[in-house]
Amino acid sequence: MSTLENFWRKSDLTSEPKMGVYICHCGTNIAGVIDVEALRAYTESLPNVVVAKTYTYMCSEPGQQLIRKDIREKKLNRVIVAACTPSLHEPTFRKVLEEESLSPYLFEMANIREQNTWVHMQTPKEALELAKDQVRIALARAEKLEELHPKEVKIGRNALIIGGGIAGISSALDLANAGFNVYLVEKSPTIGGRMAQLDKTFPTMDCSSCILTPKMVEAGRHPNIKLITYAEVKDVQGYVGNFKVKVLKKPRYVDEKKCTGCDECSKVCPVEVPDEFNVGLSWRKAIYIPFPQAVPPAYVLDDKNCLGLTPLACAKCKEVCDPEAISYDQYPTEINLEVDTIIVASGYEPYNPIVDEEYNYGVYQNVLTALEMERMLNAAGPTSGRVVRPSDLKEPKRIVYVQCVGSRNERRNVYCSRICCMYAAKQARQLKEKHPDMEVYVFYIDVRAFGKGFEEFYEKTCREYGVQFIRGRIAEIYEDPETKNLTVKAEDTLLGRPVELDVDIVVLSVGIVPGQDTKEIQNVLKIPVGADGFFLEAHPKLRPVDTTVDGIFVCGTSAGPKDIPDTVSQARAAASGATALMATGKYVIQPYFASVDEPLCGGCGICVPLCPFNAITLEEKVAKINEAVCKGCGVCTAACPATAIKANHFTDEQIFSQIESALSR
Amino acid sequence: MPETFEPYIVGFLCNWCGYAGADLAGTSRIQYPPNVRAIRLMCSGRVDPTFILTALKRGADGVLVVGCHPGDCHYISGNLRTERRVALLKRMLSDLGLDDRRVRLEWISASEGERFAAVVKEFVEEVRALGPNPIEGNTNET
Repeated sequence: MSTLENFWRKSDLTSEPKMGVYICHCGTNIAGVIDVEALRAYTESLPNVVVAKTYTYMCSEPGQQLIRKDIREKKLNRVIVAACTPSLHEPTFRKVLEEESLSPYLFEMANIREQNTWVHMQTPKEALELAKDQVRIALARAEKLEELHPKEVKIGRNALIIGGGIAGISSALDLANAGFNVYLVEKSPTIGGRMAQLDKTFPTMDCSSCILTPKMVEAGRHPNIKLITYAEVKDVQGYVGNFKVKVLKKPRYVDEKKCTGCDECSKVCPVEVPDEFNVGLSWRKAIYIPFPQAVPPAYVLDDKNCLGLTPLACAKCKEVCDPEAISYDQYPTEINLEVDTIIVASGYEPYNPIVDEEYNYGVYQNVLTALEMERMLNAAGPTSGRVVRPSDLKEPKRIVYVQCVGSRNERRNVYCSRICCMYAAKQARQLKEKHPDMEVYVFYIDVRAFGKGFEEFYEKTCREYGVQFIRGRIAEIYEDPETKNLTVKAEDTLLGRPVELDVDIVVLSVGIVPGQDTKEIQNVLKIPVGADGFFLEAHPKLRPVDTTVDGIFVCGTSAGPKDIPDTVSQARAAASGATALMATGKYVIQPYFASVDEPLCGGCGICVPLCPFNAITLEEKVAKINEAVCKGCGVCTAACPATAIKANHFTDEQIFSQIESALSR
Repeated sequence: MPETFEPYIVGFLCNWCGYAGADLAGTSRIQYPPNVRAIRLMCSGRVDPTFILTALKRGADGVLVVGCHPGDCHYISGNLRTERRVALLKRMLSDLGLDDRRVRLEWISASEGERFAAVVKEFVEEVRALGPNPIEGNTNET
C-alpha cells in the first residue's frame, strides 16, 4: 500500500479549496424525508466549506442564481450540489460554473434523491446519516478535482452510411442536401431494403414502392451521394473526424454504367434459383435484376449460382449483351474511404418461424409468413397480386393471422416487434378489399395500435371491413393431408371458450429480429449491442440515435423494432446529429480521456491489448494514448503497474479520497 | 456480535449500468437498506483491486462492485477485466484473513432497478451474518 500513501502525500493544492455546498429540497422529494437543515448544519462543520445553503429547487433559475452570486462574492473554487442524480442536472450546474468563469469540471453532485430519499423513505434517520456521508464523500472528491480542458479536433464533411434501406436513404439525402459528401454502402445489389418488398404501408395505404422509389432515384443520382452497392464495410479504424474505412465490393460482373436493363441476358440464362426478393415464392436467373426499380438500375451476376466463371462454363449472357456490359474478369475490390461521421442503418431480418414447431411452418404448405403474403398481395409479386394457396394455387376462402410470432415470448424474444398488429390489420383489409366474401380472422394477445392514425385504422378494419379479431394464442395447427386444409385450435380468452376453425391459409405475423450483420458491424465499429441483440443507443430517451462512440450514430430497425415513420424520423435525427458534428468544422472532446505520465511509464505494454478501442500504442517504450480515440473507461489506469496512467476526472487520487472519506466517520 | 451491527458497505458502480440501475431503483421508489456508500466510476473496469483493498483495510464490512452484463459493457469489454481482477482478488482475501464473501461483483443493467435493490438487500444480510470487518483498528464495531 506504500505507493498509495505516497500518492496522497504528493497531493498539494496550490490554492486552498473554497467550497460552496447547495442542498436541494426538491419540493418534498428530499426535504420530506430528511431534515435538510440538519444536513446543512453538518456540512458547515466540514473543512473548506465556505458556504452551505438549502433551497427548494436548486435547478430553478433562482437556485442557479444563488450559486452564481456565491461564486462571485465568496470566490468559490468548488461547487457541490446535493440533489438528484448527476445524469439529470450535472450539465445544468456545470453551465453555471462556466458562466462564472470557473472550470465546469470543478463541480460535483451528491445524489441524495434517487440514491437516498427515494429509496430510504421509511428510515429517515438512517437516510440523513447516509446523506451526510454522501455530502462528505462528494467534498472529498471535489477537493481533488482538477481543471480539465476539453480537446478540440478538426472534422471534415464526409459521412459513411451503412445500409441502403429507407433509413440509410433518408439519412443520406438529408446530409447530401445539406452539402455533405455521403458514401452509402449497401450489401445487396440495390438500395431500397425491406421497404421495397412491401406492397402497401399502414395506416395510409400508400403504395410502398410509389413512395420509396422516388427517394431511391434521388439518392442514386444525387451529386453528393456515392452509392457503393454489393459491398460490405470490413474494417474501421480511427475516431470522429478521422475514420479510416475499408469497404469490400463484390464483383457484379456487369458494368453499372453500360447496362441498359434490356433483360436479354436473363432470358438466355439457363440457371433458375429461388428469388430472394419474392422470399423464395418465385424463381430468378443467375444473372438478374432484384426488382424493376432497382438502383443502380443494372443487372448482377450471382457467381455462386452461375454455371461457372473459372473456367467459363456457359457465357450465353455475354453473347447476347449488346452494350457489352458483361465482363467475367472481375474480382472483389477494396475501397478505402476517409470519413468523419458514420451512420449505421443496417436494418433487420424477419423472424424465421421454422423453429416454432406448433406452427409447422415449412412443413404445411399453406402456412405462410406475413412477408410471403405481402409479396403475394403485390401486383409485381410472384402471383401478380392474386392471393392463392401455395398447395393448389386455389383462391382461399378463409385466412387466419397468428400475431406475436417470435415476439412477446419468453422462449424467443421478449420485446414487442411494434409492426405486426398493424401490418396484419393492413393485409386483412387488403384481402377484404380484393375479396369481400373472404373471412379473415386475427388471433392476437393485445392489439397495439399506438401510432398516429393507427387506432382509427384498426377500428375501421374491424367495423367496416368485418375482419374478426379474436383474443387468444393459437395452440395447434393441423393439416388435412389430402386437401391441405388447415385446422386451427385456440382459445378465445375474452369469451373463455375454445375456438376451432377450418381455414385455407394461416399467416404468421412474424416479428423483427436483429440483422445478420449486426455482430460483424459491432466488431468493426466497436459499438455496444443490447440484450435484445439490437444496437444500443447512448440514452434511450435523450440520445436515441447516438452511440457510445463519438461520431457514430444508429437509426432505424438496426437499433430496435420500429415502423417506417419511426425509422425515417430516426434516420433524419441521425443525419441531424452528424450534421451538428460536421457543420462547424471542429469538434470538442470531453476531457475524460486517460493520459500517460511518461517518466513513470516503464514501457511494459500491459495496457496496450487491454484497451477496448485500440487507443494505446507503444512508441519507443512509452505508452501513447490517442486522446480522440480514448473513451475514458479507465481499464488501463486500473491495470498499470507503475500508476503511470491517469484517468482524467476519475483519478486514483480522487477515488482514494472518496474511499478514505467514506470510511472516516 | 452485538445485535445492532449494521454493515457498512462501499459500492463501486459503473456510470452506465450499476449507477443508472441504482437511479432507476430510486425513480421506481423501490426501498432497500441504507448501508451502501456509492462511488461512481465510468466503468467497472476502472476498479483497481487496491480500491477494494483500501476500503477493506479502512474498515468497510463489504465491498460491492457493479458493472454491466457481459456483452453490454459501454466500453465493450471493461467489465470482463473486472471479472478477472475480482476473481483473483477474492483468492487473495483468505490469505489476508478475510472472508471472500465480503467482496461481491454483480452485473446489473440500467433497466434493473429492482435487481439493484434486491442485490443490496441480499448483500447487506450476507455481510451482517459475517459480522464486522475483523481488520485491526476497525471502528465500525458498535
